[in-house]
Amino acid sequence: MDEKELLRLEHLHKEFGGNVVLKDFDLSVKKGEVIVIIGPSGCGKSTLLRCINGLEAVQSGKITFEGAPVEKNSKNISQIRQKIGMVFQSYDLFPHKTVLQNIILAPCKVQKRKKEEVEQEALQLLERVGLNDKKDAFPRELSGGQKQRVAIVRALCMHPDILLFDEVTAALDPEMVREVLDTMLELAKQGSTMLIVTHEMSFARAVADRILFLDGGELVEESNSPKDFFDHPKTERAQKFLQTFEYE
Amino acid sequence: MQDLGIDLLFKGSNFLRLLNGLWVALRISLISVVISIGLGLLVGALMTLQNKVLKVIMRIYLEIVRIMPQMVLLFIVFFGSTRVFGWNISAEISSIIVFTFWGTAEMGDLVRGALISIPRHQYESAQALGLSTVQTYVHIIIPQTIRRLIPLSINLITRMIKTTSLVMMIGIVEVLKVGQQIIEANRRTSPNAAFGIFATVFFLYFIVCWPISKLAGFLEKKWS
Repeated sequence: MDEKELLRLEHLHKEFGGNVVLKDFDLSVKKGEVIVIIGPSGCGKSTLLRCINGLEAVQSGKITFEGAPVEKNSKNISQIRQKIGMVFQSYDLFPHKTVLQNIILAPCKVQKRKKEEVEQEALQLLERVGLNDKKDAFPRELSGGQKQRVAIVRALCMHPDILLFDEVTAALDPEMVREVLDTMLELAKQGSTMLIVTHEMSFARAVADRILFLDGGELVEESNSPKDFFDHPKTERAQKFLQTFEYE
Repeated sequence: MQDLGIDLLFKGSNFLRLLNGLWVALRISLISVVISIGLGLLVGALMTLQNKVLKVIMRIYLEIVRIMPQMVLLFIVFFGSTRVFGWNISAEISSIIVFTFWGTAEMGDLVRGALISIPRHQYESAQALGLSTVQTYVHIIIPQTIRRLIPLSINLITRMIKTTSLVMMIGIVEVLKVGQQIIEANRRTSPNAAFGIFATVFFLYFIVCWPISKLAGFLEKKWS
């Protein structure tokens, strides 16, 4: 493998007051990889993503992104976060700003790019997700699916090297889920590096290069072939977990 | 029909005197409001800190202000301080002290409420975009806090303006007191003046407070 390693997690250990959420966790992510992380609620998936962009501090272990250490309170954390796009489960748009203002805020203020240039790019991105007519709308005027697509555009406009998706469709009505997943699928096709936490199993199967199954803060099963994993999970815990999604 | 005593307004400089009285009331409330907003922001920010001692102190302060009638506070500051400490505080300064003491507590509580009502993911999504702590506050948290705060604090401002009618009890000649003086002075010639003059005082309060509370309603709608 001569592909470039983007992100490396070594012996990550994270606990909340004695409750261990991540146990000695290792992961290496290469450029262009789409990794889907699944597992039961409370297995540490979301915490893992939050540690990667330094929203949570870890007790021990090391996170390296593009050669630089990620630490919650370090000085360069803002620099690193600019390169890591994150979309959350809750609609996290800024309610007092329009769609366009939401998107251009960080590129203009953090990256100090020219407003005209950023606006132009924002409009192109909005067009790609079919929302260019909503550029002057406020978040409260959008549906849940539209908000999440704007949140994705907002992350993309920073030109991140990796995108983290934390259960972005979990709070959506079923008919809204599709439009968001389609957007993500498109990004995957274009070669974006993505780490996706989701409960949408058929989407995971379609989008993933690699599947990680977490339970109790540990990596229980890993597979480079989503098809194999979903059809013939090797571990008992994964089998049990996947069965909960099936109906007889 | 009986005459309503409104003609008294045009006798001598009566109407001008009423307006002067109104200005005294407004001056006391405006000065208090401005100081209260400044101190209230500070107190509100202090209230959100996770400090136990500070929390208890703030709690007691807030309860005292809520429980004590403003008039009692006025009497304590104006009469009490002179007897016990020998301070000679003017009535207007006493009023401003009491109104600021009151306004700061209420404003602080409003600021605290507005600050903690901003969801945590607003901070986090700003950070995730690479915004620094200062940028997060300047662009995300403070604008949202102010939007929540303005309608509520305008409500407080109108209440403070109305409550200035109490300061005549410590000898300040504000609009209500001027009204009383006019009525007393013309008791024989215009026995019905109580209606006309107090109605005028009501009207004066109304034209000051109504636009302010309208503004609150407008802003609330705009930012909801």
